[in-house]
Amino acid sequence: MTYSTAEIWLIIVLLGAGTYLIRFSFLGIIGDRPMPQIILRMLRYTPVAVLPAMVAPLVVWPAATAGAPDPVRMIAALAALLVGVWKKQVLWAIGAGVVTLYAGLFLTGQF
Amino acid sequence: MSSATVKSAYAAGIRDGLPFIFVAAPFSLLFGVVATEAGLTLAQAMGFSIVVIAGAAQFAALQLMVENASIALVLLAALAVNLRMAMYSAALVPYIGSAPMWQRALISYVNFDQSYIASAARYEARPQMRVAERVWFFLGVSTPLVPLWMSMTAVGALVGSAIPPEYALDFALPITFLAMIGPMLRTLAHVAAALTSMVVGLVLVGLPSGTGLLIAAACAMVTGVLVELWQERRA
Repeated sequence: MTYSTAEIWLIIVLLGAGTYLIRFSFLGIIGDRPMPQIILRMLRYTPVAVLPAMVAPLVVWPAATAGAPDPVRMIAALAALLVGVWKKQVLWAIGAGVVTLYAGLFLTGQF
Repeated sequence: MSSATVKSAYAAGIRDGLPFIFVAAPFSLLFGVVATEAGLTLAQAMGFSIVVIAGAAQFAALQLMVENASIALVLLAALAVNLRMAMYSAALVPYIGSAPMWQRALISYVNFDQSYIASAARYEARPQMRVAERVWFFLGVSTPLVPLWMSMTAVGALVGSAIPPEYALDFALPITFLAMIGPMLRTLAHVAAALTSMVVGLVLVGLPSGTGLLIAAACAMVTGVLVELWQERRA
């Protein structure tokens, strides 16, 4: 990370202000004036549209192996995803990913 | 209105918020650990959890900061993750839109996934609730969670620096993201959006950090909406 201290705090403050404005938007400013349907529809997909693009390269080319694909990390990633789909619970999914990762690292002698 | 019903609504909110402790505490702890791993100070990690209070966006910002993305891209991506909260804000209007401004302003600060989901469920189940009761219920749900979210980040930041590299903490962040994605895949449209995001994200990985992510997210949102419209037309 190469940001200056001031830049990091700028990110924190602007992200906080932006997030607050999003939360305040309808409740405090827009009220119940009608919004175009298409905008409300797009909002529904934002998290699921952003997170996979962010995580996929981290799984395929992990930083810890200098970008070399690592079967242990890939299987752990798959476990976290599948258990999340199955259990619908973030914590279960994190648990599955962590257990799989450590089991894999242990079996391959990296831990 | 009697203050007794308001108090009992607040108490009911606290009760409904308590189970989420088991979600918020480890998640926040992990943020503290990953933030210090990435090079943030204790104060900066806490700054995120106090000023932003939004798990997924905090992790997203952190990941892009690790990649040294431009400040504009860090903000854009993290705020995009938070856009769903505009939906929560809109959904609350019919229930508490007539509450005093200071109450709406306060609720906006503590409007996150768990507090919104628990409150919306209660409002729907009990349409006879008055506006003041609804407000205090919402604040009740947030009461155990908000201080916990802030303090567990501090704990994570303090213990995180003591964890050696063979614990593979580099992978805590990807696992957390993947764990968040699974429960979001509720409909075919969500699955299509996620797949588009993943494929475009991988293809455009060579672009300057964060740029490919934004293009992938835009493609994925459009895909989600198109699949949803297509399904409606068939139904």
